[in-house]
Parts: sequence; structure tokens; C-alpha cells
Amino acid sequence: MNPNVPNPSTDAAASHSLLPRGHTYGSVTEKISEVVLTTRTPWSWLFGFSVGFTLLMVLMMAVAWLFYRGVGIWGVQVPVGWGFAIVNFVWWIGIGHAGTLISAILLLFRQEWRTSINRFAEAMTLFAVACAAIFPLLHLGRPWVFYWLFPYPDTMRLWPQWRSPLVWDVFAVSTYATVSFMFWYVGLLPDLGNMRDRARNRFVRVLYGMMAMGWRGAATHWHRYKIAYLLLAGLSTPLVLSVHSVVSMDFTIGIVPGWHSTIFPPYFVAGAIFSGFAMVMTLTIPVRKIYHLEEFFTIRHLDNMAKVLLATGMMVSYGYLMETFMAWYSHGKFEIYAVINRASGPYAVFFWAMIACNVLAPQVFWFKKARQHIPTLFVISLVVNLGMWLERFVIVIVSLHRDFMPSAWAMYYPTIWDWATLFGSIGLFLTLMLLFIRFLPMISMFELREQVAEQTEKKEAPR
Amino acid sequence: MKRNRPSIYGLLAEFESAEHVLDAAKRAYADGYRKLEAYSPFPVEGLDEAIGFHRSRVPLIVLMGGIAGGLTGFGMECFSAIYHYPINVGGRPLFSWPAFIPVTFELTVLFAAFSAVLGMLALNGLPKPYHPLFNVERFVLHGHDRFFLCVEATDAKFDRETTKRFLESLQPKGVYEVEP
Repeated sequence: MNPNVPNPSTDAAASHSLLPRGHTYGSVTEKISEVVLTTRTPWSWLFGFSVGFTLLMVLMMAVAWLFYRGVGIWGVQVPVGWGFAIVNFVWWIGIGHAGTLISAILLLFRQEWRTSINRFAEAMTLFAVACAAIFPLLHLGRPWVFYWLFPYPDTMRLWPQWRSPLVWDVFAVSTYATVSFMFWYVGLLPDLGNMRDRARNRFVRVLYGMMAMGWRGAATHWHRYKIAYLLLAGLSTPLVLSVHSVVSMDFTIGIVPGWHSTIFPPYFVAGAIFSGFAMVMTLTIPVRKIYHLEEFFTIRHLDNMAKVLLATGMMVSYGYLMETFMAWYSHGKFEIYAVINRASGPYAVFFWAMIACNVLAPQVFWFKKARQHIPTLFVISLVVNLGMWLERFVIVIVSLHRDFMPSAWAMYYPTIWDWATLFGSIGLFLTLMLLFIRFLPMISMFELREQVAEQTEKKEAPR
Repeated sequence: MKRNRPSIYGLLAEFESAEHVLDAAKRAYADGYRKLEAYSPFPVEGLDEAIGFHRSRVPLIVLMGGIAGGLTGFGMECFSAIYHYPINVGGRPLFSWPAFIPVTFELTVLFAAFSAVLGMLALNGLPKPYHPLFNVERFVLHGHDRFFLCVEATDAKFDRETTKRFLESLQPKGVYEVEP
């Protein structure tokens, strides 16, 4: 993983460096900013956008119908009160985690390879959290009083129940969304200055100018900027670990068999990073192709991400193993039944599909050939995304549908509106992601310039 | 003809490399100039120190923000759960502090992050809708591949002619007068 150690086993050395040789400050800036400033939109962007926008309209329709009729249009009932909405919520918020991991934790660990993908991954975080945040609101039943979740001076003199993990969740997710946005925006600030200075059209220049806030690259500004950025990374690191831990507490503090387990927080965090990296991969592979950014999103980036997928996949597998072990070790009748029901109950096919996607599929990444073979990477990343969705399905729905009293057991069947909301949220995500790619620089230009400077320094003065 | 103008913002020298501007900044500082500012397309190590800038108050602001956030969160929870809206759940203690930690933590991070961003922007004097430097046409290259050193007119040692001659002695790509 050490970027300074050249890899002798490769025939094409260029494909293993983070940046192609021969790039200058100017050329990287031009290349990245031209993706946005050009008036020509690639047809594949238009195609992707039309798909995303259509799905977004499906979401709008599903939400409008939901607001009109209520949550009865979904498949939720007693005992499965948390249906697709919570499955999707946990899935999306997990996806978001990779962005913060890449931008904050890898920054603190000085992993240079994060530079080209951090902006992109942070944007993904932001939009994934936006998708996640709509689900609990839709699930409220009375979404118009969502603000009751926050402490505010109301005439009823009521307060949120601080001992409830659902209230923690509100604070965790809203803090996460806010801090992720700030982190992303601060990272964008110098690049927005670039966009302002390079814009050829007055309207565009004014627009970027307002967003850039008058950034002009002064040395004292850079000094404070770097400190603030580093501190934000330091703050985001425990935050990102806390968010999915709190999400897992929504489950683990309840006494439902299959939920009430202490392994949930770390296992949820590992799962979140797992699914997030899969999503980063799913997105970067087509984007690098369409925008000819193979020299910035290199094979080495994909290789490293595949390694992260493998590692977190193993952690998730360990989580599955421990859940099963603890059920047996606890001698709890209901816990043991929950495990047996997962593997052989009416939803067993979901469980085994989850094992295939999350435990078995990433194992191909032990092989370098697979880690550097683009179609394999793309397919496995999709499989992992699916697998992580299935995992949340297994946790939420399979645990709920058979708890203590057999007389209270029931099956859960999603309705067309459940599916419409799920695919609609993917539409929202795609739409936002494509708009970001079209209107903002998707790779951090100033960090690339920094990398160019480091590279030339190394070349000129080999120590 | 420009000589009759009452004042200028300063003099701006353009350089082609980070090492060059770093060296120029050091020499200008050694020559006694204090109102200096350097501009670069990416953070250049040591450039801030070369123009005499050493400590920033950002970390302190963030620390204060974090402490304020933590106290706000924990204080709000204690106030409402013990005093303002006590709920007796089977005789369990009202001051159940372990359950108050998640919200305390989140608010600590939230306030600290806000202080980091707003503190950084405020100390940098941003947002700034107008800045004289943009009157120099070539200054747009500060984000591209050029490095600039500006001696501001408010400097005690600033004199239009001598300073200009001094900057030219640093062998820049060019020296420009910055209109206010």
C-alpha cells in the first residue's frame, strides 16, 4: 500500500503511479475544470441523467401518494412495522460512510491515493445521506410534524426523550449531514476560485464567484485553511464511526431477537464502509471511462478500493459468524430461533443471497488479476451493493416477522410503492450525482497541483 | 500619468515556481517589509512563515466551539430531563447521564465543525466580494500555475519606486501595480 515503493512486477509502471508523468499545475487544472466549463455534454451523461430523472419522478409520485394516503400504501403491518423505509435508510446511510472515510480517515493516515477520489466520494456521501434522510421522515406517519424530533421551545412544553436511540439518531444523522456538507464545501472552496477565474461566461463567473467567497490563495489563508481542514477531518473521523453505531443502536437497544446484540455497532460500521466503497467503485468506473479520467482514477485506486472491500467484507463476515455464535452461546431460545429462522425460514433465500454477495463474492479480490480487471470490479461492486441491501433486509424484516409469540408472527410483502420509493431514491441519488459531475469539479484540483509539486520535487532532488 | 493617483493597494510580483516565490518572500521579509502576502495555486510549505505568519487562532476557536457544544448538549439534556420535563419511568433515575452521551457527543462535533469553518472564513476575511488584486489581469493565474508576492501600500517601508526596484531585483516574471 505504500505509494513510495515502486511495484517491480508491473510492466506498465505508469498505470501504478497515482498521477501520470508529464502533468503540470496548469494541465491538471485545465483537464479537470474543462469537464465542467465545456458547453458540450456527453451523450452518456444525458442518458444517465434521463434515467435518474425518470426515477426521481417515480419517487415524487410515490411520495405524493404516500402523503395523500399514509403509510398504509406500504407493506408494513404488525409485527413488521419497519419495512423497506428503514432498510433503505440504513442502506443509504451506510453508503455515505465511505466518502467520509476516504476524505477524513485516509487524510489523517496520509494515504496519498485518496486525492483523486475524495471529492467524488464526499459528494457521494452527501447525496447518499440526503437519500437516507428522507426515509425516516416518510416513515413518520405524520411527516408534517417532523420538527417534533428536535428540541425547540414549543407551547406544549415538551422535550425529546433523550434516552431514546431514535432521538440520538436524529442528532447523529443531522450532524453528519451538516458536517459532511461543510467538509465538502471547504474542500471545494479553492477550486471554486479556480472555476471563477476560468469561466468564460459572465453569468457563470458571477455564480462561481459567489460560491468561492473571494478565495485568492493567499499564504495566510492557506495556513488557516489547512488547519481547519485537518481539524474537520479529525472531527469527522469519530463522527463517522458514531453515526452508524447510533444507527445500530436503533436496533440493538430493542429486545427483538436478532437485534439485541453488542456486536452491532462495530459490525454496522464495517458494513457501512464495505457498502460505501462498493458504491464509490460502481460510480468511478463509468465516470473515468466517460470523461477519460483514467489517468486520475487509476488502476491503483481501484486496486486499493478492492483491498478495502476485501478487508471490510471479512469484518462483515466475522460479524455474521459472531451473531450466530453468540446466539448459540447465549442458550437463549429466541435468539437461537432467530438464527435458524434466518437460514431456513421463509426468507432464507435472502439470507443465503446475502452470504453469497457479501462473504463469498469479495473473496475474488485476493487475486491481483481480479483487482485490476475492470469488468470484475464493476460486477462485484454491484453485487456488494445488493448484498448490503439484503443484509439490512435480513436484519430489519426477518428479525421482526417472527419474534417471541408465534401467534404474532406474520409475513411482510413489499408493495409496488415500496419498490417505487426504493428505486426512486436511486433516481434522486443519480440525479444529484450527475448534476454534481456536470457543474462542479469532481477532482480536487488544488490537491492535484500539490501532488504535481511533490512529484517534480522528488524527481529533481532525489534524496 | 499614474503617478498622480493618490494611492495604490500595493505592488505585485509574479513568479513561476514555488521555490522562487518562497525565496523572494524570505528576502522581502529580511529587507524589512512586513505587510506582505504571497499567493499560490496550492499551499506551499513554509510560505506562510516566510512572510512572517506563524500562529493561527483556528485551533483555539475550534476547541472553544467544541466545549460550548458539549456543554450545550449535556446542559440541555440535564435541564429538560431533570427539571423542566421530568418523566418517572418505573422509578429510574432522572439523571441518567450515560444515555445523554450520544447527543452530547454529536453537538460537540457539530459546534466544533461550525467553529472550524466559520472561524477559518472569518479570520481570512471571507466572503469578500471585492478585492483589488483582481484588477491585475494576470492575477487569475494564481489558481493556475503562477505564484505572486504582494507588498501592500500600507507597509511602513513602502515606497512606490524603491519597492518596485526591490521587487524587480528578485527577478520576477513581472511587477504590477495594484489599483485599489
